[in-house]
Amino acid sequence: MKNALARIYGRFDFIHVARWIGEGERVLDLGCGDGALLLMLQKEKKARGYGVELEPANVAACLKNGVNVLQFDLERGLLGFEDDSFDRVIMLLALQTIRQTVPILKEMLRVGREAVVSFPNFCYRPHREAIAAGRMPVSRHLPYQWFETPNVRFFTITDFEALCADEGIVIHERVAFAEGAPVTDDPNLNAELALYRLGRMS
Amino acid sequence: MKHSAGLVAPQSADFAEALTLKSGVRLPGFSLTFETYGELNAAKSNAVLVCHALSGSHHVAGFYDPKRKKETQGWWDNLVGPGKPLDTRRFFVVGVNNLGGCHGSTGPVSPNPETGRPYGADFPLVTIEDWVAAQARLSDFLGIDTWAAVIGGSLGGMQALEWTLAYPERVRHGIVIASTPRLSAQNIAFNEVARQAILSDPDFHGGNYYEQGDDGQGVIPRKGLRLARMVGHITYLSDDQMAEKFGRRTRNHKRSFNYDVEFEIESYLRYQGDKFAEIFDANTYLLTTRALDYFDPALDYDGDLQRAFRRAKADFFVASFTTDWRFAPEKSREIVYALLHNGLNVSYAEIDCPAGHDSFLLDDQHYHAALDAYLQGIKL
Repeated sequence: MKNALARIYGRFDFIHVARWIGEGERVLDLGCGDGALLLMLQKEKKARGYGVELEPANVAACLKNGVNVLQFDLERGLLGFEDDSFDRVIMLLALQTIRQTVPILKEMLRVGREAVVSFPNFCYRPHREAIAAGRMPVSRHLPYQWFETPNVRFFTITDFEALCADEGIVIHERVAFAEGAPVTDDPNLNAELALYRLGRMS
Repeated sequence: MKHSAGLVAPQSADFAEALTLKSGVRLPGFSLTFETYGELNAAKSNAVLVCHALSGSHHVAGFYDPKRKKETQGWWDNLVGPGKPLDTRRFFVVGVNNLGGCHGSTGPVSPNPETGRPYGADFPLVTIEDWVAAQARLSDFLGIDTWAAVIGGSLGGMQALEWTLAYPERVRHGIVIASTPRLSAQNIAFNEVARQAILSDPDFHGGNYYEQGDDGQGVIPRKGLRLARMVGHITYLSDDQMAEKFGRRTRNHKRSFNYDVEFEIESYLRYQGDKFAEIFDANTYLLTTRALDYFDPALDYDGDLQRAFRRAKADFFVASFTTDWRFAPEKSREIVYALLHNGLNVSYAEIDCPAGHDSFLLDDQHYHAALDAYLQGIKL
């Protein structure tokens, strides 16, 4: 799933993630796919990284890529990872596939000093138009039919930011995108993807 | 294309220098039986040591008799050979029978130099630390300063772990499959049942059964060994797999109202037990189960596995199987978390395979794909 989306989005989101990562940081990438992001961060930032991935084919791909990968089920949280053991915990385009939304966000900010999260914006204009026309949106950003989607949570940029406020999660930075380019004008309407740098309430 | 490692033959190495065991007992010299597959490269950087589990041996791959390939095949033949995950065109693979074993290395069956008669009960208890110390002597003998990897499943995985702790500079990759950092009370309980089965066999003679019998040719505590193996086998399989393989199937449709074999599972266990009693030594079985019980790298660190692994330097690949209840995935995860704590490179695969503990011996697709990918990534 992750790989399919990564292909659709290209790797432009990786570039923005990399800007937030310092030299030699300890990084945990949840739902790391074939390990491409970690590979890039290891190369460009000398990051010390571990990926978490459930799909056997992706696990094998990570191993082939020489990326540390741990086959854990994220629905079980990050039990076993110690507090503050990573500088950043990253989860790109996977939050919408996890049932335990709040627990995983809290876990990410327990294990990591900061969290980096991205997700497809359900409220993107073409999606709204599809619903207005009476159908669930199927686009290159939400490429699944309603009966086969691995996504279990459908939410918008505004929804997510309301949740962060309720749960005491601090939004340090947000970048929103459409067609791979940043969107600043009404992202909840015009962006297909949002990427956040999150922190704990100090 | 996968190929067999082909026709192989065991070799032997003698070590004249005494080895002081963990127990404090001094073993005056010993020999180890081993086998090798592939070629050691000029830089000596491609050597992989395969550690065996309870019933394994140095005979990891290939066969002894071209006419009976299947019957004389090594125990991890699906893993080791040209084109297989542990590819012998790339790696120089070494299998070794452990100290105290019964497949050629010095053990209870061997003559005690002090008496000229089999050690029997006088063979000292050896630990996993002792096995690894003996294996280190073999490494020296083979001119291998650093192993590219030390790999093992179950008890073999514990040896791979011990290697990374005892000789952190001599192992680049520790590959630990279906293993555990230490036995649980339940694991020890099963071992104890197995030992009691052997110890209470009238043919055991306190461990000195090699020269018993009317002709002095020795007897075998077959009943005990057989029972021990039967108990062991129950723990190697998963409930689901046993249900699928045997279910409640019986040999006859009619109840016989006696204690002969009726259910297929009884037949299977008896067959496995009988077969094992013919080829395995009871004293080796006893000391091996004790070695398992004793292993606990965290013992000297107040039970803190994280501190125990502080001295490890290797990269690790840890794998477990979802249906393994003997050494369940959470045991492997314990190892993984201790390695993570120490900032070591570690990858972990939790393989969804129905075959229980014995899965590590099978060529499950995802299991071998993961191992293959990891092994390919090892730089020579």
